[in-house]
Amino acid sequence: MSKVNDFVVKFANVNGSGSASANLMFAKSIFRMGVPVTPKNIFPSNIQGLPTWFEVRISKDGYAARRDGIDCFITLNPQTYQSDMKEILPGGYLIYDNTMERKFPRKNINYIGIPMAKICSDNYEDPRQRQLFKNIVCLGALAVLLKIDIKIIENLIKEDFEKKPKLIPPNIQALHLGIDYAKNNLDLNLDISVKKVRTTKKKILIQGNEAAGLGCVYGGATVAGWYPITPSTSLVEAFQKYVNIFRVNDENKVNAGIVQAEDELSAVGMAIGANWNGARAFTATSGPGVSLMSEFLGLAYFAEIPLVLFNIQRGGPSTGMPTRTQQSDILSCAYASHGDTKHILLFPSDPKECFEMAAQSFDLADILQTPIIVMSDLDIGMNDWVIDPLKWDDKTKYNRGKVLNKKDLDDLVNWGRYLDVDGDGIPYRTLPGTHETKGSYFTRGTSHDAFAGYTEDGRINADNMMRITKKFKKSLKYLPRSIRKKAKEETSIGIIYFGSTACAIDEANDILESQGHNIDLLRIRSFPFGRGISSFIDEHEHIIVMEQNRDAQMRSLLINELNKNCSNIHSILNFDGSPVTADFIVKEYLNLLKKNESMLKASKKKKTAA
Amino acid sequence: MSYIKKPSAKHPRLPKNRLGLTRRDYEGALSTLCAGCGHDSVSSAIIEACFNLSIPAHKLAKLSGIGCSSKTPTYFLNKSHGFNSVHGRMPSVATGANLANRDLFYLGVSGDGDTASIGLGQFCHIIRRRLNMLYVVDNNGTYGLTKGQFSATNDKESKSKKGEDNLFESIDLAALAIQLGAGFVARSFSGDKEQLVPLMTAALKYKGFSFIDVISPCVTFNNHIQSTKSYQYFREHNEALGFLDVIPDKEEIKIQYDEGTTTEVEIHDGSKMILRKLDNNHNPYDKSNALSVLNGHQSDGSVVTGLIYLDKNEMDLHDTINTNHKPLNILSEKELCPGSSGLDFVNKNFS
Repeated sequence: MSKVNDFVVKFANVNGSGSASANLMFAKSIFRMGVPVTPKNIFPSNIQGLPTWFEVRISKDGYAARRDGIDCFITLNPQTYQSDMKEILPGGYLIYDNTMERKFPRKNINYIGIPMAKICSDNYEDPRQRQLFKNIVCLGALAVLLKIDIKIIENLIKEDFEKKPKLIPPNIQALHLGIDYAKNNLDLNLDISVKKVRTTKKKILIQGNEAAGLGCVYGGATVAGWYPITPSTSLVEAFQKYVNIFRVNDENKVNAGIVQAEDELSAVGMAIGANWNGARAFTATSGPGVSLMSEFLGLAYFAEIPLVLFNIQRGGPSTGMPTRTQQSDILSCAYASHGDTKHILLFPSDPKECFEMAAQSFDLADILQTPIIVMSDLDIGMNDWVIDPLKWDDKTKYNRGKVLNKKDLDDLVNWGRYLDVDGDGIPYRTLPGTHETKGSYFTRGTSHDAFAGYTEDGRINADNMMRITKKFKKSLKYLPRSIRKKAKEETSIGIIYFGSTACAIDEANDILESQGHNIDLLRIRSFPFGRGISSFIDEHEHIIVMEQNRDAQMRSLLINELNKNCSNIHSILNFDGSPVTADFIVKEYLNLLKKNESMLKASKKKKTAA
Repeated sequence: MSYIKKPSAKHPRLPKNRLGLTRRDYEGALSTLCAGCGHDSVSSAIIEACFNLSIPAHKLAKLSGIGCSSKTPTYFLNKSHGFNSVHGRMPSVATGANLANRDLFYLGVSGDGDTASIGLGQFCHIIRRRLNMLYVVDNNGTYGLTKGQFSATNDKESKSKKGEDNLFESIDLAALAIQLGAGFVARSFSGDKEQLVPLMTAALKYKGFSFIDVISPCVTFNNHIQSTKSYQYFREHNEALGFLDVIPDKEEIKIQYDEGTTTEVEIHDGSKMILRKLDNNHNPYDKSNALSVLNGHQSDGSVVTGLIYLDKNEMDLHDTINTNHKPLNILSEKELCPGSSGLDFVNKNFS
């Protein structure tokens, strides 16, 4: 059976060998042929010498999740050779460097040998070039085998090396060494191939951290304090990049201050200090960083200082799997810090939402005067996704929230920093330097009254804590709402999911629907949970929460915050560090049905009735 | 108790500064520290320095961490915004605040526990960044608020009130500050207003990171006979390097100095610092000399005070990272948001 625009290619490489840029060119060339691709970079926490993989799903239907089973595996790493081979589907292809002879135990796959090392040593003198160009030779041969437009790859090479034009001719030469070898020596009748279509014509291919960093520029962030940690670092690097592009004024001065801090405590401290002083400021980190920042998060929560924090989640606990993905900081972020604290969380599901939610989070932080935590993850943040082009409404005005200016203060008699004037729990704040005699106050993490004065009066402190709770509840009207998708038939089964799981759920639902199952879907986009989520749970006899952690953290948060009966709320959990696949969800879903008669009936109501 | 209001009555003939304000206008709430605490004298010196410089109080932000010293910003400049942050983390909050608005004065008040232990990392790094601020440590060698544990600045030979030995080496914050790139480094004594106020005045004017280590005895836990941070020990062992006068821009120098006893430095805003040296071996413009003066005195048990080090090349974090002269917190959408045309550019790059 021939598979056109619907297969998975995987590369096994050694990290530090220069494979990453060639692999990305491979994915991008298919994207430029109009075909949806999902590249996943599976890399070690290491710089040189350890195994790394690059998996590209080519899906004419636009399914963006990973798919199990490899159609074509380019195995260039002897360390992982044997286990890589097992992932290849029967009838699939194994491409290898046959400069040295190799033996293969599997019978039901096809072997394609390309003497990449020999071609390079015959054509290049420099040892580094011999190593690097192997990847490009391979790309050339692969392009011929899969019928990828060579012109597109040549253009990608030219774009990649725009700033080092000297490197363009040798790269194109290497590409053609691969092309020529394949044309002259290989059987080109593979049953997988790429064909030009127009599906991604207007789309872009971008990483979530890139989009989020850009979103910070659009949201008006001017200060970033940060500390390097995988997988969040590229977000701040993107912010820096776009600041250099968009924020340098006529005098060559920069309209932003970005400081690499000594640790995460300092990074968040800077963001808090800047927000306190009226700049829009953020920091980006991952789980271990959130742990370090949690004392400061309590201060920002209690002293009511706006703050935007990106948590690009990775595998935990402790150092965990620093280069693998998880959604396992839900509880540690929702309730970060000591004492009674709760934080607003946003859950982007792809780079488009990373951009939009990043920009929006600064308004939310200013309006609500509290930390806003954007819960992305490694899969969204560091992999390339096909999305619609980013959009911006030029009429957008920043909402700076309740900040009093000099004139407001002139007219005010009895201002109190923590007075609930409007009944929404959100007080009015002032910035240093606004007024000669009015509006100064002492910001503190100790208990305070409505006028920011220190108090140890328990009743006053309790009142203040209740006002903050009121503010938290009132925040709902500003937060992105959950999104529902109804099944074709009436059903009593609902799946709740969020973040990077969305693409796998969409595909799993299509598969299950084609098998006659009816499932309503709800995607959470923010915390605290709105009434829509509560009623979705009430409307369905069986709820399944799909998430990528061991302890069903979102399920716990839903049950706890919405005060729901937990016996009918089930879980599908994936926490092996790889982005979840639709097949996994389908399998786990069917397992749940096996264990639960009434669920089975509910899921396939139509067929049972017939 | 800081919530007790001070009487608002003022003497009608109190002297006024250039803004027409009296010292009373720079005061804060009533101190809740122990009677005789050195920290209250430091607060008074801050009030005096700000009054002398005619700083509009609302143009100064006062920041602190946690501890007795960190409580003091409540007790001065009640027209200033204050921020009592997290233990040892004032430097990062100050960095963020300063990045947001470079036009304000930033005054950080910390203690030896807050700075030399839990906050040592942040202290080191704010110095490296040369944040434009005055960082004052009220240094009493003890954790007062938790009742008398040794701090990391307590001299090794200095015993606790109960007579326990201090087992560990002490940290010299002034030496550390010089090593790490602070532009203005001084040490003084809370009981010596004549020296402390001009130092504070000059430090507030200086552009870059100014650090003053103020020995400020804890009357309750570290003012006993075996302490090297007591009033008595300090009075007996203080070796003043000199005195500093600050002459604001365009003001005439009225004091007559004996020839050869002073050096003069003009700072970025045109003001002049005039240094009256008492110790001729001391060259405050030379880093290694400044460090050796500190080391030499440390070994004989004396404590040097005065301006220890001054880098005439004033620069701050904003110069280093090239931020706009206009404060970042007042920039508008127009200056910040690249709009849909910017996205056209980005989308094209990713298509």
